[in-house]
Amino acid sequence: MRDQGIIYAGLVLFLGVITLPITYNLAAGNTSRPPEVKLPVNSKQCVAPVEYMRVSHMRLLLNWRESVVRNGVRTYRTLDGRTFDMSLTRTCLEQCHTNKAEFCDRCHNYMAVKGPYCMDCHVDPKLAATAVASAAKPEAQP
Amino acid sequence: MKKMTRKGFLKAGGAALVVIAGKRIAGTEGAAAAPPPPPGALTAKRWAMVVDLARCREKEGCTACIAACHREHNVPQFNDRAHEVKWLWKEPYANVFPENAAQYTEAAERGGPVLVTCNHCASPACVRVCPTQATWQREDGIVMMDWHRCIGCRYCVAACPYGSRSFNWEDPRPHISHLNANYPTRTKGVVEKCTFCEERLAKGQLPACVEACPAKAIVFGDIEDPKSEVRAVLRERFSLRRKPELGTQPHIFYLI
Repeated sequence: MRDQGIIYAGLVLFLGVITLPITYNLAAGNTSRPPEVKLPVNSKQCVAPVEYMRVSHMRLLLNWRESVVRNGVRTYRTLDGRTFDMSLTRTCLEQCHTNKAEFCDRCHNYMAVKGPYCMDCHVDPKLAATAVASAAKPEAQP
Repeated sequence: MKKMTRKGFLKAGGAALVVIAGKRIAGTEGAAAAPPPPPGALTAKRWAMVVDLARCREKEGCTACIAACHREHNVPQFNDRAHEVKWLWKEPYANVFPENAAQYTEAAERGGPVLVTCNHCASPACVRVCPTQATWQREDGIVMMDWHRCIGCRYCVAACPYGSRSFNWEDPRPHISHLNANYPTRTKGVVEKCTFCEERLAKGQLPACVEACPAKAIVFGDIEDPKSEVRAVLRERFSLRRKPELGTQPHIFYLI
């Protein structure tokens, strides 16, 4: 056991390197806590039960898209009989989840969901408001 | 109980198959019925548009309809003509009606440019070539687009004899001055065109261009309905359609 020092030092180094992902995240303050999504304040009940929405919201939106674009059916009837306009912008984002960054994005980022491309085309009403405000500014100046 | 013979078994099996097949056929026929339109929507058997060129030219350089359409549908404005995206625009007479332009008709052609858009043909070439069915014809004649499904192959752009389709060579978002949150934009790599404002029709509103025209030069309605306004104007006045010899049956009519 003449190489005791080298062996133990090597072991410590090996353990350090292999646990780096864990220690790095601990040092950075990242924990395994789920993201804190901001729930809508002005409504309590989503268009479907929360458990369903959590797992299958993308499927619901795909069905909505198919229904509106291809079949021309634009009204969605929930299980408890309420009716909604099938629209990501006007219903989901405008009526309930007014803060997309703290609801949709926060969870998508946490889950590393790369690109639901919805927002590449569909407009976040907040973004539209700021865009219009910035576009209107230069016109206001004489 | 009587013992089932082989013959009896085959007979019963055959009868069951016939019953199942009959039910299948009846079932699919029932399901094929179109869903009812939303309440308050404008509906038609066949939508068509009539542009009264004399009225359209009343106010020279008027672009109210184009502005309204492009604002409503988040149509981007590119300065580079090669990247141009347009749903509704004006074109010189000789380009719109090349078969009706002669060397002696120049004076008449100088009357001004002609408003053009998607013709919502009865036999649309774009629909035939689309490999993903991203564009299709609705029962009311509107040549619709599903931008979700468009893969940007541009077959439809090549097929359309009227140049009614535009391709997004770049991300259109930065080129939209006033973003309308009620309508989606498109992305790079997607083809777009006029949809006869189907989203407005569903809400009971007339197309944006029809509503915006200060001279009431655009008439929109059901061409299959003999009592409609479009039929009334077409009965009374001479009209032209673009490139009728191609057999696409355009549903935009021009009153000369």
